[in-house]
Amino acid sequence: MTEVIATTPAWVMLAYLVAGVLFILALRGLSSPETSQQGNRFGMIGMGIAVATTLIVHGVGLPLIIGAVAIGGGIGFVIARRIAMTAMPQLVAGFHSLVGLAAVLVAIAAYMNPGAFGILNPDGQDIATASKIEMGLGVAIGAITFSGSIIAFLKLNGNMGGAPIMLPGRHIINLSLLAAILILVGVFGLQTPLLFTMIVVASLAIGFLLIIPIGGADMPVVVSMLNSYSGWAAAAMGFTLQNTAMIITGALVGSSGAILSYIMCRAMNRSFISVIAGGFGGDAAVAGGAAAEARPYKRGSAEDAAFVMKNAESVIIVPGYGMAVSQAQHALREMGDLLKKEGVSVKYAIHPVAGRMPGHMNVLLAEANVPYDEVFELEDINGEFAQCDVAFVIGANDVTNPLAKTDKTSPIYGMPVLDVEKAKTVLFVKRSMGGAGYAGVDNPVFYMDNTMMLLADAKKMVEAINKDLG
Amino acid sequence: MEHLIPQLSIFVLACFVGYYVVWSVTPALHTPLMAVTNAISSVIIVGALVAASAATGGSETSKWLGLGAVVLASVNIFGGFAVTQRMLGMYKKKERKAEAK
Repeated sequence: MTEVIATTPAWVMLAYLVAGVLFILALRGLSSPETSQQGNRFGMIGMGIAVATTLIVHGVGLPLIIGAVAIGGGIGFVIARRIAMTAMPQLVAGFHSLVGLAAVLVAIAAYMNPGAFGILNPDGQDIATASKIEMGLGVAIGAITFSGSIIAFLKLNGNMGGAPIMLPGRHIINLSLLAAILILVGVFGLQTPLLFTMIVVASLAIGFLLIIPIGGADMPVVVSMLNSYSGWAAAAMGFTLQNTAMIITGALVGSSGAILSYIMCRAMNRSFISVIAGGFGGDAAVAGGAAAEARPYKRGSAEDAAFVMKNAESVIIVPGYGMAVSQAQHALREMGDLLKKEGVSVKYAIHPVAGRMPGHMNVLLAEANVPYDEVFELEDINGEFAQCDVAFVIGANDVTNPLAKTDKTSPIYGMPVLDVEKAKTVLFVKRSMGGAGYAGVDNPVFYMDNTMMLLADAKKMVEAINKDLG
Repeated sequence: MEHLIPQLSIFVLACFVGYYVVWSVTPALHTPLMAVTNAISSVIIVGALVAASAATGGSETSKWLGLGAVVLASVNIFGGFAVTQRMLGMYKKKERKAEAK
């Protein structure tokens, strides 16, 4: 019980600093696909340094530890190799829950054996007060991350309905729980195991209650937010353990997740508070659909679609969550190839909130071997719809709705949208005319003279078009 | 309290670094960004290793909790980096552009 902070050798602190810098470089590499793989390797080296340093300082070669790393690493590696790209959102949510749980376990371990962590008061009797508050914060954020991510995982994986589950008085419950956690952390200096347990239980409860009222389409914000929390949990534990690598990493991950949440909210023109308050975005919102059903629309066949696109000069493809659900990305890339053979220019337009997590569509298109320089973000391509012959919308809806620009009463008013209605022809692949988008808003694009509705499963429709093109 | 100030300085500066670095990440790579941040946040394994290797004087429970956390964090580290590498390997440029270079 004599280990004190001052005994940490200088080289150890330097090693953790180097690890932290390598993590910064890992994120820096992601500024372009060309440098990204190098960046990822920096990240791995950083992690290697952090782990090796810890093992050297605290006793290497314990067979139990090596066994634990081998078991966990083996499981992680197999999952990473086998997972389907369409399942990436639930994988990331699942991984976040592991970080959260690990933080909770570490905090409990540190609480039970503070001597090993060097966080005792100089008199060696009790945990230093500052450490206790940091530890309380760490365990609280870790527990919120854990239970929240589990719910997000279950929703994304389809084990739990995507529709929001609304509890009466949930805002009051949540706010009082939050206040309770803050007070408990604050008075944790008083120290009893009961207080510690109460913090954990209250935090698990709030994580659970925060995520259940949030609907499927708001998941990009939730996944980003949990990403951020897992970072703050690591940072708080870094303060407790006085570890530079953990503090730097926690700050990086925390701000990364926060920025992604902000980008997602901005792309939906919603405030972070309104997303977290929940209730928006059931998968099967039907309001507003009934009155509009009578409006006439043009229905086309795969043959018609193939004919229109073959004779076009330029086609812009707008993918959405529906493409991911029906796994249409490979067929879609084939369609792009066939069209290019006919001399048609093909581009892809991605809305920031298309799919269930930031960048979801980009990964699926990359998986299908679509070159990334054919894929464009909203701001970069929106001006081109007016000059293009065909906008091919597949599995997207609200992100193309022009009401967002004109109708102040619409729930999606103000959300930046892709201007597909400006294209000469719009081909709209949709399962049926019945369900509106997640916002429950009817889309006037369906009923325009230059729109042809292709009502079928996205993948089957594209495959049929490919047959006619080939 | 004094040890808190240098740590807080590192933390605040790292938040700023994170802010600028993350805004420079191309939106096309936002999914790999989440995967890799997830992998590096498992640096919490450092704490788990300390708990698990505290051989003497500590409580048995604390050691086993540490080992459990080592397993969880390892899933994340290996899984996170491997899945990021797999995703990044899929991002390719147009072939003819590559030839022109």
